[in-house]
Amino acid sequence: MVTMDDYKDGETEWCPGCGNFKILEAVKRSLVDLGKEPHEVLMVSGIGQSGKLPHYLKCNTFNSLHGRTLPPAMGAKVANPELTVIAVGGDGDSYGEGGNHFIHAIRRNPDITLIAHDNQIYGLTKGQASPTSEIGMKTKVQTHGVLHTPFNPLAVAISLDCPFVARGFAGDVEHLSSLISQAISHQGFSLVDILQPCVTFNKLNTYKWYRDRVYKMEDNGHDPAKRTAAFEKALEWGDRIPTGVFYKRDSETFESKLDVLKSGPLIAKQYDSAKLDSVFENFS
Amino acid sequence: MLNRAISGGIIIVDINIKIGGEAGQGIQTIGSVLSRTFVRDGFYVYGNQFYLSRVRGGHNYFHIRMSDHPIYALDEKIDILVALDNQTIPEHIEEVKEGFVLADESIVGDNVNENIVSVPFTEIAKDISGKKLFSNTVAVGAVFGLLCYDLATLNRFLSETFKGKGDEVVEKNIKAAQAGYDYVKNGKFEGVCNYNLNPQPTNRRILINGNDSVGVGALAAGVQFLSAYPMTPSTGVMTRVAAHADDFNAVVEQAEDEIAAINMAIGASFAGVRAMTTTSGGGFCLMTEGLGLSGITETPVVIFLGQRPGPATGLPTMTEQGDLNFVLHAAQGEFPRCVLAPRTAKDAFNQTRRAFDIAEKYQVPVLILSDQHLADGLFTYERFDTSGLKINRHLLEDRAVSSDYQRYAITESGISPRAIPGQNGALVVADSDEHNEEGHIDQTTDNRIRMNEKRLRKVDGLTDEMQMPAIHGIDGADISLIGWGSTYGPLAEAVDILNRDEVSINLIHFSDIYPFSHDTFSLLDGLNTTICVENNATGQFARLLRAELGFEVSKKILRYDGLPFTPQSVIRELEGMGVI
Ligand SMILES: Cc1ncc(C[n+]2csc(CCOP(=O)(O)OP(=O)(O)O)c2C)c(N)n1
Ligand code: SF4
Repeated sequence: MVTMDDYKDGETEWCPGCGNFKILEAVKRSLVDLGKEPHEVLMVSGIGQSGKLPHYLKCNTFNSLHGRTLPPAMGAKVANPELTVIAVGGDGDSYGEGGNHFIHAIRRNPDITLIAHDNQIYGLTKGQASPTSEIGMKTKVQTHGVLHTPFNPLAVAISLDCPFVARGFAGDVEHLSSLISQAISHQGFSLVDILQPCVTFNKLNTYKWYRDRVYKMEDNGHDPAKRTAAFEKALEWGDRIPTGVFYKRDSETFESKLDVLKSGPLIAKQYDSAKLDSVFENFS
Repeated sequence: MLNRAISGGIIIVDINIKIGGEAGQGIQTIGSVLSRTFVRDGFYVYGNQFYLSRVRGGHNYFHIRMSDHPIYALDEKIDILVALDNQTIPEHIEEVKEGFVLADESIVGDNVNENIVSVPFTEIAKDISGKKLFSNTVAVGAVFGLLCYDLATLNRFLSETFKGKGDEVVEKNIKAAQAGYDYVKNGKFEGVCNYNLNPQPTNRRILINGNDSVGVGALAAGVQFLSAYPMTPSTGVMTRVAAHADDFNAVVEQAEDEIAAINMAIGASFAGVRAMTTTSGGGFCLMTEGLGLSGITETPVVIFLGQRPGPATGLPTMTEQGDLNFVLHAAQGEFPRCVLAPRTAKDAFNQTRRAFDIAEKYQVPVLILSDQHLADGLFTYERFDTSGLKINRHLLEDRAVSSDYQRYAITESGISPRAIPGQNGALVVADSDEHNEEGHIDQTTDNRIRMNEKRLRKVDGLTDEMQMPAIHGIDGADISLIGWGSTYGPLAEAVDILNRDEVSINLIHFSDIYPFSHDTFSLLDGLNTTICVENNATGQFARLLRAELGFEVSKKILRYDGLPFTPQSVIRELEGMGVI
C-alpha cells in the first residue's frame, strides 16, 4: 500500500504560507489515493517556484527548462506510455514561455496531466506580471499597471477541445486533490489550473481575495459534458470565480493512435537489423 | 572524353548530363530515371541538384555524372544538356563544349548551333498518349538515343515504377521512351555513335543521397523517436525515417517548433529510447537552449544539422559550411559535446550510427553536421553490409539498478551509470539546475565544482573515441589540402587529377570534427604547405585548428557563393595562388 510517507522528500525552498505547499500536499494525496507507486510516476517540470515541486516528492523527475515542461513530458510519454506523466509549471512557464507548447500539447493529446500553478505573477524572478495578471496590477516592471488582457487558460483549452479542463484553489486541498486525481485518471491531456496565492509578490490575489470569490461549480449543477456551458463558465471571473471540472470528454490519446504502441511501450521493443535489407530496396 | 584518374583507377566512361527546367517540370523525375537505370546497369553515378526556393517556376537543374568507376563529385563540362525551359540554353551552353543539347523546338529559339538537337518532346508525347505528361519519358528516351544505350533496363524500370497506375500507363511510357530514342537515332545521328558504353546489370548497387543515408543510419542505430520541424535541407532525414518508422518500432513527430522538437527528443531519450532531431541552422538557433539541457542533464541526443547559407533565412536551397563555429559554441555554459561531419553518403550512414553510440556512451549531445551539398548528393555504392549489426545502449542492467540509484554518481570517467525511469523500481531524477548525485538541485560551490568536473572529464574518453582524418593521395606530398565534411568528393578528385599530372599533393580530410583525435597535431605538423579548403567565407575550420591545436594553415581556399566546390574549381584556385 502506498502511503504519504512514500512520497516524502526534502526540505522546501518556498516562502512560508505559499500556496505551493498546499498544491504539493494535494498532489501527494492524489498519488496515494490513486495507489501509484513512486517509480510509476514521472514528473516533468519547468523553471519557477512551481517547477521545484517534483523535488519535494519522491518519484522520477525531469526538471527541464523554463516553459519547456510539455515537450519532454510528451517525448517521455511516447517512449514509455506505462509511466504516469505529470507536467508541472507556473503560469509564466505554462502560458507565457511555453504558450505554443500548451496549445499544441492539447492538439496532440498525449495522456499527460498539466498542473499549472497560476499565481498571476512571476514568483522566482521576484514579482513581474505573468500572462494571467489582472489589468492594472502594478509591479516594478509594469509601473503603469498591467496593460494586456489576461490569458484565459481554461477558455483556450476548452476552445481546443482539451479532454479534461479543471480549476482548483490551493486553499482547498481536499477539492484540489480530487480534481488532480480525476485529471490523472482521465485519458488524454488534462489541465488543472490552480489558483495559487503568492504571499510574497501578489498582494492582490490573496487567500482572502480568492476565498471571497471561489465557488464549486458542481454545487451549482454544472454539467462538464456540455462544452458551450463550460466555455461560458470559463469566461466567468470577478466577484465570483468558478472552480471544479469545467469540461470533460472521452478522447483518443496520441499514444493510442500510434500503431507501434499497440504491442507495448517503445522501450520494450527489440531491435531487428534484418529489416534494413528491405529499406535498401528503395534505392536500387 | 577525358580520361581521369579516380582513386587509382582510370575512368574510361565519364559522361555528364544536365537537365534544366522550371520547378514542377519534372527534371527530378528525368534525373532519377536516368541515374537509376545507369546504376542498375553497373555504372557509378554521382548526382546533385540545384533548386530555388519555390515549388513552381524558376530555373532549376539536375546534374548527373556517370562513370565506370566510383565518383564523388560533379564535373564542370556537360556532355548532354536537356533543356526544358528557355533559360537552360543561355545559362549552360558555355559548359557544353563537345556535347549536345536536346531541346524542344520552341525552346531552341535563336540558339542555333550544330550541337543543338531539337526534339519535339511534347509533340511526340501527344502523338502517343494525347498528353504532354509523357514528354519527360520522351526526353529520357532521347538521351538514351544519343548514348546508343539499350532500352531494356529502362523499360523494366518504367514497368516497376508505373505498375501501380495500370498496364496502359506502363505501355505508354515505354512507347514514349522508344519514340524519343528513335527520333534521335534515326534523325541526325543515324549510324553514328559518340559514346561507347558497356552496361553490366547488377542488383547489388544502390543510389542514395546524404539525407537518406543519415535516415537509414539512424534506423540502423535503432532510433525510436524522431521529432523535428521541417527545414531545408534536413527534411529528407525526417521523411526517410518516417517512411520506415512502423517497421522499426519508431515514432516520428512533427513538432510545433524546433524548441519543442529537441525537448521532445530529450524527454524520449530520458525515458529510455534512442532519439534524434533534425534541422538546419535557423532551426538550430532555436534548439540551443535544449542543447544545453542535454548537456547538463547528461541526456543523450543526436542532432542532425543540414547547413545552408545563413544568416537568418539566407539561401534556403543552396550550400555552405557556415555553421561550424555556431555548433561548437552553441548554448551557454561549458559541457562536453561531439561534432561529426560526414564526407559522403556512406560515411553519413556510418557516422550516424556512431553518433547514437557516442551519445549514449558518454551521455552527451552529438551533432551531425551536413549541408545541402551532401544532403542532396546522390552516391552509388554496393549495398551497405548490415548483417549482424548490434547496438550497445550503455544502460545499466536491471539487476544492477538498486533502490538507492543515483543518476549523477561521481565517477572517474565522468560517466554516471544510466538507468531509465522506473527500471527495476528505481527512481531517476534529472535536473537542468546544477544538481547533486541524486539529481536534486544543489547550489553549493563544492557541488558545482564536483559536478562540473565530472561532466568535463568525459572529454578525455570522447577524445579517445575520435578518429584521425582520412589521407587521400600520395604520402609526404609538397602540398596538403585540408578539408572537412561534404567537400571530400571534389577535393579527393582534384588531388587525383593533379597526382596524375605529377603534382605532389594530397588531401587530409576530417569527418570527426570535435574533439580532435589525440595525434591530430603531430599529423598536421609533419605536413609541408597546407591549404584549408572550406565552403565558407571566414575559414571556420582553419580557425578551429588554430584554437584547438595551435596549428596555423599556410593558405585558404574559401567558396561562399552558395555552390559546392568542383574538382576543377579547386584546381583553378590552386593555379591562381601559384602553388601549382
Ligand atoms: C529561458 C528563460 N527565461 C527566463 C528565465 C527566468 N525565469 C525563471 S522562472 C521565471 C518565471 C517564473 O514564473 P512562473 O512560471 O509563473 O512560476 P512561479 O515562480 O511563479 O511559480 C522566469 C522568467 C529562465 N529561467 N529561462
Ligand atoms: S515567491 Fe510567491 S510563489 Fe514563490 S514561494 Fe514565495 S510565495 Fe510562493
